[in-house]
Amino acid sequence: MSVLVKRIALTVLAVVVTVGSASAAERQYPGVGREATPAEIQSWDIDVRPDGKGAPPGHGTAVQGERVYLVKCASCHGEFGEGGGRYPVLIGGFGTLKHQRPEKTIGSYWPYASTIFDYIKRAMPFGNAQSLNNDEVYGLTAYLLFMNDIITDDTVVSAENIGTIEMPNRVNFFDDPRPDAQPKGELCMKDCGGPIKVVGSARKLDVTPETGGDAVDVSAASSAPTETQVAAVPSGDAKAGRSVFNKCKACHLVDSAKNRVGPGLKDLFGRAAGTHEDYKYSKDMMAAGDKGLVWTDETIAAFVADPKGYLGEQLAKSRANTRMAFAGIRSEKDILDLIAYLKEATKP
Amino acid sequence: MRKKSSNSDINVPENEGLDRRSFLRAGLAGSTALAAGGLAGASGAKAAGLDIPIWSQQLGIDVDALPYGKPSVYESGVVRRSVDWLTATRESSINFTPLYALDGFVTPNGICFERHHGGAAEVDPAQHHLMINGMVDRPLLFSVEDLLRLPRVSRFFFLECAANGGMEWRNAQLNGVQYTHGMVHCVQYTGVPLKLLLEEAGVKPKADWIMVEGGDSAGMNRSIPMAKALDDCIVALFMNGERLRVEQGYPVRLVVPGFEGNMWVKWLRRIEVGDGAWQAREETSKYTDLMPDGRARRFTWEMDCKSVITNPCPENPIPGKGANVLTGLAWSGRGTVTRVDVSMDGGRNWLEARLEGPVMPKCLTRFYLDGWEWDGSEVYLQSRAMDDTGYVQPQMVELQKVRGVNSIYHNNAIQTWHVLKSGEVENVRLG
Ligand code: HEC
Ligand code: HEC
Repeated sequence: MSVLVKRIALTVLAVVVTVGSASAAERQYPGVGREATPAEIQSWDIDVRPDGKGAPPGHGTAVQGERVYLVKCASCHGEFGEGGGRYPVLIGGFGTLKHQRPEKTIGSYWPYASTIFDYIKRAMPFGNAQSLNNDEVYGLTAYLLFMNDIITDDTVVSAENIGTIEMPNRVNFFDDPRPDAQPKGELCMKDCGGPIKVVGSARKLDVTPETGGDAVDVSAASSAPTETQVAAVPSGDAKAGRSVFNKCKACHLVDSAKNRVGPGLKDLFGRAAGTHEDYKYSKDMMAAGDKGLVWTDETIAAFVADPKGYLGEQLAKSRANTRMAFAGIRSEKDILDLIAYLKEATKP
Repeated sequence: MRKKSSNSDINVPENEGLDRRSFLRAGLAGSTALAAGGLAGASGAKAAGLDIPIWSQQLGIDVDALPYGKPSVYESGVVRRSVDWLTATRESSINFTPLYALDGFVTPNGICFERHHGGAAEVDPAQHHLMINGMVDRPLLFSVEDLLRLPRVSRFFFLECAANGGMEWRNAQLNGVQYTHGMVHCVQYTGVPLKLLLEEAGVKPKADWIMVEGGDSAGMNRSIPMAKALDDCIVALFMNGERLRVEQGYPVRLVVPGFEGNMWVKWLRRIEVGDGAWQAREETSKYTDLMPDGRARRFTWEMDCKSVITNPCPENPIPGKGANVLTGLAWSGRGTVTRVDVSMDGGRNWLEARLEGPVMPKCLTRFYLDGWEWDGSEVYLQSRAMDDTGYVQPQMVELQKVRGVNSIYHNNAIQTWHVLKSGEVENVRLG
C-alpha cells in the first residue's frame, strides 16, 4: 500500500470511528500516531486518584506489608520508617507542623491515602521501580497507615476502600492565595526605612561548597529547611578514598617509588614537588618545587582539584604546563577521602 | 576546604574558575586593581613591550578536532555545581546553574541546572512513546518520530525550581549566586503545542485536569488544570535549537510556562485526562507550602516575580574602583517584567535599571545599571523587580510575616549583596 493510499485509508477509518460518538471532533492529523489499545493503556496506566479511581484489583494488610517492608524498604527508610541518612522519614511527626522543625510524614502531613499506593507503585523501591505486584503495594500501604495509627493491623486495604480512608491532616490544605506580601500604597524610592541592620552573613556562617565548612541541610527540594549551624570540619574516609584513587591508578603507583606515566607516590607527604628520583618532570613542576611547593594535605588537595590551575598559581600564571593530563576532581568529599587514603598508602 | 593560594595577598574568595579569572584580571590590570605584589612583578617583567604569545605564532587546533565544540579550557570552571551532602542519593538530587558567569538571558544547554528524582534516564527515542488516555474520545499513542511530524512553535521561557532559594528562608546561608538563585534556566524550547495533541485525542466535555507522567524510574507525575494545558504548554523536543539534553528530559519534556519546574515533566511518556486532581506525592508531600499555623498551601504553581544581581556577586568580586558592570536577571511567572530598581544602600534609595531587550513574558530579562562606578565604599546591593500584573518583589521580612520560615518553596525575596571595601561580595540578610 502506498503511503498516500494508507493515509487515505486511515482518514476514512478515523471518520468511520468518529461517526460512533456524535460529539467527537475529527482528528486534524489522522496519519500521525495511532490509537492506543486497551492492553497498552492497561500496562502503563498505573495512577490512583484520591477517590480510588484507577486503583487496580488486589488487597493487603499491615501484617502482610510488614514482611515486604523489612526486606525491600527498611534498608533505606529504617526499620521503623524513621529514615536516617537523609532518606525520607515515613512514620510519626504528629503535631509538629507548627514547630520550628516540622516533620512532614505520611501520618502527620499527607492528605490522601491513595497517594501512598500511587507513589510506591510507580517509584519504590528506589532504583527498582514498578517491581512490586499490586498486593504487595496494598500491603505496604496498609503497613504505613497502620504504623501511623490511621488503621488497625487487620484492616484490609484494597481497591474498594483506598478512596475512603481518612487522613488526619486532610483538612489542613487550602488553595494558593497568592499574590501576597505586597507593599501598601505608593512604592518607596527615596529614604525608605531606618538604618541598615545586618542580621546574617553567609560568609561568617561559612557553609558554602568549595569555600569552606561542611554540611548544613540545604536540601530544600526534598526535605525540611535548613539548620543554620556549622557541622564539624569533615575528615576523609580512607576506605572510600581507595576507590577514588582508581582515577589515578593508570599513572601512579601508590605504595612504590617506581615511576609509571607519573612519578611514584610512595613517601609523598613532605616531599618537594618535582623531586622524585629518576622521573622526568615538566619544567613547570620543577619550577614549582624550586619555589617551595611541598606536598601536604592541603597542597595535594588543591592540586588534584585543578592540576593546571593550581600549579599555575604557584608560578603566577593562569595555567601551568604540567604533564599530568588530568582534569581534576570535582567532589570535595572525594578529595578528602583520597587524601585520607594517600596518607595511609604512601607511608614509607 | 580552602584551596591554599601561594599569592596570599590576593584577597578574593577562592574557588575554581574564579581563581583563574581573578588571576587573569589581576594580570591584565597590572598592579593597579589589586595590590598583587608577586603577580604584578611577574606580569610586569617585560616593561618595554608585550609578549608575542605562542598562539600568535603556531597553528591552532584543526577543524573536527572537536566535532561538538566546548568552551575554552580557561572557562572550565563554569560548570553546574551541587552540594554532595544535600540529599540521600546523587540520583535524587539537584545542582545549580553558574549564573555568575553568564550574561544575556539564554542559558547554554550544558549548564542548565538539573533536578532528578531517580537519575537522568537515558531514553532510546526509538522505543519511547507518548500516550494520551483517560477522558478522551480516542486514546492515542505517538512515537517520537510521530511527534516530529506535527506543527511546532519555538518560545523562550524560564524554568525555575519552586525550591530555588529554599535554603535562604531562615537566614543568609550560601555565599554564591549559583547556590542562592541557580535553580533557574532559560532556553528556547521548540515542540508541539500541548493543545494540539489534546485536540487530536478529543477532550471530553467534563474533563478539567490532566496528569502528566515521566518515563524515568521516578515516574514523576503532576496534575495540571485543563485551562493551563490548553493555554501555552508545549510538548518540547528541542532546546536552544538542538534536541533536548538527556538531563533535561530527552527526547520529550513538557513545558509549563511560568509554573514551577517540577511540573515540566521530563521523559514525558503519558498524559491522562480526567475530572479531578490526582494529588500525587509531588503535589501533596512535596511542593505544598507549610504556613506558620500548621496549614499548607497547595497548587502553588506560579513563580512570582523575582530578580537578582549576578555581577557583582560573591563569585564576582569587584576588581577595582571606577567603572564596573552592574547587571542581573529578572523574571515573572505571571507575565512580563516591567521594571527593575537597584539600591546601593540596602533598599533605602532606589535607581531604575535599564531592561535589555528582548523583554518577553515568562522569560528571563537581563538588566543593567548603566554608568555605575564603584567608589570603594561598602555597599549593600539589592534589586527589586516588578511585572505587568503590578506585582512588586518583596523583602524577606515581608514574606516571613505572612509565610514564616518553613514553607521551603517560592522564596522570591529581594537579595542583598554586601560589597566590602576590598571588593569582595557576601550574601547578607538585613533586618
Ligand atoms: C535504596 C533506597 C530506598 C529503598 C530501598 C526504598 N526507598 Fe523509598 N525513598 C527513597 C528515596 C531516595 C526517596 C526520595 C525520592 C525523591 O527524592 O523523589 C524515597 C521516597 C519514599 C516515599 C515518599 C516519602 C515522602 O515523604 O514524600 C515513600 C512513601 C517511600 N519512599 C516508600 C518506600 C517503600 C514502601 C519502599 C519499599 C518497597 C521503599 N520506599 C524503598 C529511597 C528508598
Ligand atoms: C594520565 C596520567 C595521570 C593521572 C590519571 C594522574 N596523574 Fe598525577 N601525575 C602524572 C604526571 C605525568 C605527573 C608529573 C607531572 C609533571 O611533571 O608536570 C604527575 C604528578 C603528580 C604529583 C606530583 C608528584 C611529585 O613528585 O611532585 C602528584 C601528587 C600526583 N600526580 C597525584 C595524582 C593523583 C592523586 C591522581 C588521581 C586523582 C593523579 N595524580 C592522576 C600523571 C597522572
